[in-house]
Amino acid sequence: MEQIVLRHVTKKFTTKTLGDIVAVDDFNLSVEEGECFSFLGPSGCGKSTTLRMIAGFEDLTEGEIELCGKPVSIKSKNLYVPPENRGLGMVFQAFAVWPHMNVFENVAFPLRLQKMNRTDIERKVKEALHHTSLDGLETTYPSDLSGGQQQRIALARAIVTQPKVMLLDEPLSNLDPKLRETMRFEIKELQKKLGFTIIFVTHDQSEAMAISDRMMVCDMGKIMQIDTPENLYNKPINRFVHSFLGESTFLNVVVRDGKVYAEGDDEQPLDLTIPGDAAERMVVASRPNAIALTQDEGYQTFVEKRIFLTDRTEYIIPVGSQQLKVQTPHRISFREGERCCVRLLEPMWYPMEDEAAEKERMRRQLV
Amino acid sequence: MAKVRFEDITFRYGNHYVLKNFSLEVESGQIMCLVGPSGCGKTTLVRCLLGLGKPETGEIYVGDRCLFSAKRRVNVPAERRNIGIVFQDYAVWPHMTVKENVLYPMKKRKVPKAEAEKRAMHALDQVNMREYANHLPSQLSGGQQQRVAIARALVGSEDLIVMDEPITNLDAKLREQMLAEIREIQRTIGTTILYITHDQQSALQLCDKMAIMQQDGSLCQVGTDEDIILRPESRFAFEFIGVSNFIPVVRQNGRCYLQGGKELIPWEEPIPEDLDLTKKVELGIRPNDIVFDPASPIRGKVKRSVFLGSEYDYFVLLGEKELRVQQSTLDAIQYGIVKEGSEIGLRLLNPRYYES
Amino acid sequence: MSYFSRRKNNRDLAAIDGRHFGLDQAMTGLSFILLAVIVVIPVFMIIYHAFFFEGKFSPELFSTQLLDKDNLASMWNTIKIAFWVTLLGTIVGVFYAWLLGRSDIPAKGLMRALFNIPYMFPPFLGAMAWDLLLNGRSGYLNRWLMDVFHLSKAPFNINSLGGIVFVELSYYFPFVFMQVVSALERMDPTLEESARIAGAKQTTVIRKITLPLVLPAISAGALLILISSLAHFGVPSILGFSQGIYTLPTRIYAVISRSGGSFDGIRQGAALSIMLVLVVAIALVIQKKVLSSGSYDIIKGKSMRPTLIKLRGAKLPLFLLAVLTLIFIVIVPLAMIFLVGLVKAYGLPLIPENFTLANYVKVFSSSGTLDSIRNSLFVSISAGIICMFLGTLIAYVVQKIRPKGKGVLEVLSVLPYSIPGTVLAIGVILAWSGDLGLNLYNTIWIILVAYLARYLSFSMKTSSAALLQVHPSLEEAARTCGASHTESLKDITLPLIRPAMVSGFFLIFLPAMREVTTSVLLYGPYTRTLGVQIYSLRDAGMMPQAAALGSVAIVLIIICNTIVTQITKDRKGV
Repeated sequence: MEQIVLRHVTKKFTTKTLGDIVAVDDFNLSVEEGECFSFLGPSGCGKSTTLRMIAGFEDLTEGEIELCGKPVSIKSKNLYVPPENRGLGMVFQAFAVWPHMNVFENVAFPLRLQKMNRTDIERKVKEALHHTSLDGLETTYPSDLSGGQQQRIALARAIVTQPKVMLLDEPLSNLDPKLRETMRFEIKELQKKLGFTIIFVTHDQSEAMAISDRMMVCDMGKIMQIDTPENLYNKPINRFVHSFLGESTFLNVVVRDGKVYAEGDDEQPLDLTIPGDAAERMVVASRPNAIALTQDEGYQTFVEKRIFLTDRTEYIIPVGSQQLKVQTPHRISFREGERCCVRLLEPMWYPMEDEAAEKERMRRQLV
Repeated sequence: MAKVRFEDITFRYGNHYVLKNFSLEVESGQIMCLVGPSGCGKTTLVRCLLGLGKPETGEIYVGDRCLFSAKRRVNVPAERRNIGIVFQDYAVWPHMTVKENVLYPMKKRKVPKAEAEKRAMHALDQVNMREYANHLPSQLSGGQQQRVAIARALVGSEDLIVMDEPITNLDAKLREQMLAEIREIQRTIGTTILYITHDQQSALQLCDKMAIMQQDGSLCQVGTDEDIILRPESRFAFEFIGVSNFIPVVRQNGRCYLQGGKELIPWEEPIPEDLDLTKKVELGIRPNDIVFDPASPIRGKVKRSVFLGSEYDYFVLLGEKELRVQQSTLDAIQYGIVKEGSEIGLRLLNPRYYES
Repeated sequence: MSYFSRRKNNRDLAAIDGRHFGLDQAMTGLSFILLAVIVVIPVFMIIYHAFFFEGKFSPELFSTQLLDKDNLASMWNTIKIAFWVTLLGTIVGVFYAWLLGRSDIPAKGLMRALFNIPYMFPPFLGAMAWDLLLNGRSGYLNRWLMDVFHLSKAPFNINSLGGIVFVELSYYFPFVFMQVVSALERMDPTLEESARIAGAKQTTVIRKITLPLVLPAISAGALLILISSLAHFGVPSILGFSQGIYTLPTRIYAVISRSGGSFDGIRQGAALSIMLVLVVAIALVIQKKVLSSGSYDIIKGKSMRPTLIKLRGAKLPLFLLAVLTLIFIVIVPLAMIFLVGLVKAYGLPLIPENFTLANYVKVFSSSGTLDSIRNSLFVSISAGIICMFLGTLIAYVVQKIRPKGKGVLEVLSVLPYSIPGTVLAIGVILAWSGDLGLNLYNTIWIILVAYLARYLSFSMKTSSAALLQVHPSLEEAARTCGASHTESLKDITLPLIRPAMVSGFFLIFLPAMREVTTSVLLYGPYTRTLGVQIYSLRDAGMMPQAAALGSVAIVLIIICNTIVTQITKDRKGV
């Protein structure tokens, strides 16, 4: 069943310095029950605004939002359900646990508002604290707890009312890397146990890939691509998605007489199959670990710089006037300055990005 | 450019020894990365080198010049040590323009105005900040401020620049870019750089040589990046330098076993002869050195698999012991993704053994 | 060259043991000595003279004063006034803070600026204005109301406890207002949003989340009101004397001026001071307790605009209420002072026919008045400059050098501000009237010494805050660039805290210009200050002249204040 539906959702802001900004431009998406769905993108891409519109903190400029089959925001009919009546759970980046209440009171707060009787409250809070491994901390105050524990309180508070939909707004960004990984799994485990739907907002692509069933990548207020993590990584629709998910290396190329030349080298063609719709100037993208580095197979060049990393070796290889980043296991070893050949194993072709898009991105980053 | 030598440095607060008989040599014209967990005394060492802290014993030389010697009662004051420094928090003076910041060290060292101006602009060119010469630091981003700090360090000293966590406050993309720039600058001028960080990744990307410091302030390995990655000498170095698994190895009735919790798994591979199995011995292995091989007698159960883009990350139970296994996406596509819950054979490549 | 011969002529071999007497040690020593002279001696003298007579311990004076009926009555008045001012001031302050910080009421920026005016406006001028309006016998507004409604008696009497509470209230509620507004602004909005998500209505959120979270800010502001009101002199002296209503500070003044400045009177004053100090000390202890019980950490997270609460139908009435309040506490008293300053004779209706500039001419032609302006400018500027350097010196010692006993330095420099001005004045009289070999009585210097003690903490605090912002690495970077310790102070640290030093100067200069509490006890025949002069003109019944001089003071203060805001606005980011 579709649990969250956005139709033509648009949000415009007017800022003093930059004039009108379309923060969210005609978003259409639907999230299935029990799914873990991520909004991923750089800051200013519209992911947080979209989440705040779903939560009811922001008004829509256009469009409508449905939660669990019921409309909660319809701009054209002026329908607006306030956040407290949307039946959501939400966890914020800065934890937002109330420092003047102890752990029990924090988690019991939503239940007290529902005028639940005392024994039920105690039972439910206990359950929620157990789910989030906070047993025994009932009377502790948040300021005495670590960041990870505070975020667990926020999580317990969000699940205690058993909401169908859970909104997580960069919930792990304030935690240290180790804890981030553990919490990620804990959230997944909780979802498995309790069966809620998750919307997870993050700017960290590895976090999004690790946690999501599907995700939406957006940039500059527009949806770029919605798909599973594997498909997004393996078949990115454009250069932005390619570079945003995982590591990428790019070559500007010129297609001439059925051959492909890297910019800066008109002599030696690259060994690439040209797609049918290729224009004269294109960008070829590859993952650094999907490039074969050999003695004699492919484009002839040399190793400019070698960097030993823990689990792989990274080479900077000049191609024409550009540089290719290549990663190989340690067992494939070339010295700096040594001659070598490179061949792109799974190249992706994209049109050259125009300057206008670049400018717009710069403009938005100033907001 | 100059060689830097620390000899027998001891530094303590009360009874707490931060550094004890610490010695290290940085060769001329190299980038030496000093890495270690936070609180291991790296920053104390730097402060001693700069003259902002005074060791109890030992000697510090830059080139032939003795900056500190407890025996000979030499302690050159900070302002006369001629060392360039880049701090984590930039420490760019907010009331001076970019150019004034860069001119300051030369003003203090009485460099003639015209000459100073030329060198300042040259340094700003090197960090691509010439066009911002008349900006105030508050108008610059973090990365740009750090570039100014680098330019200031460059004009301050041709011999030696110390960088104390210079990129920690920057975001990931910018960090990578700054590392490349630092490397480039070092290559063109050949300054000796002592680079301090807790982040082994960035150290690996930058260094000619690397020194790993332990929590107690002692050095555990000094070597090239290749030495340290392929031949980590101690368990600490192995663990510090990347994601790692450790499996206890025991000998019973003349045979070797890997200990996965209570379960003992026979281990047939040859082990180094000089290994003393009466002591506690652990086998260290990197996640990407564990390979799925249906034919292997070492069986594991896949508890969890996570897609991370360039690789799949698995949590595999060997007995009761949880191992991290990484498989590159290319391999995963070629050989198939291992499902959660399935049992699979494991092959352990490049194992290393550490006594503890 | 052998090592030893090199050592002589090489600066590189500077003292390895740090045993030499450096700049840091000199600054530390100087701080201790200055504070001992400025602060410790006067405080000690009060205690000594209250309990010792001619070198012998004699607690009689203190106990007779303590049991005196009039003294007890004035103590009771002090407490009553302080209680009501605190209670009402807190309610008013919190209400307007919430209105401006969290609702969508219009014209916020302007209103915030206006709400801060009472803060810089001298309360005794406000008391004068309200006295002119609502005096039981001759107040303009009272007479107008009697005329219009044919009343036989004045409807209001400002010369009462209630009147004193009202005027003090209108000057002290900004303490709470400013604290709470800034707490509301810094508060992480997701704290409130998460309560909405949990199912709480807007009103529930205010009650259960917002108010409890700003409670520390509220109590901090409330205690500031309490302590200020307990020690307050201006308002009760202007409104209370005519009706025989005394508070402890005004009683001290009355006792001393009645005795004509005799030593006996001053000793009596010292004993009374101890009473006042005890009352204030209790409030201070409470303050310390409350503040240390902790404010919550409510400022985490990314900065976001808090969601504003839509007032809908209540918007207009609430806006009008706020505007009305502003008119009452800001515009009316200001206008009154300016208008009465123009009137030919006190009591004449305030219509253009009765207006004249003669009062201003008189004010500026009388040598006494000009002297008072000159005196005030002299002491205020001197106190400002001296405190600016002294405060920065102590702040540097406390923040950067951190010697043993830095806690003592901190306490000593802040202590005089907790001591009521009246008490401080007595301490200064006792200390510098020849007893210790230096007689400054009846000179301008005694006022300056008192101001130094009273205002030192202002510049100390601003410089301290600024120094904390100067990360040690900024100075260290300069050292490694070849600057010596002194040079790095001069080139880096001082320029960076210069804006704070300048605003510290104005923070002292402004209140010093309008000061009346201490100078009214310290002035001599030729050393009246501006505040004292206004006060005496009024005392002598020359209302229009007092008002004219008051207007001059207000204009001066507004000009200076504008300069301050300009300076603080332009300061370069640290």
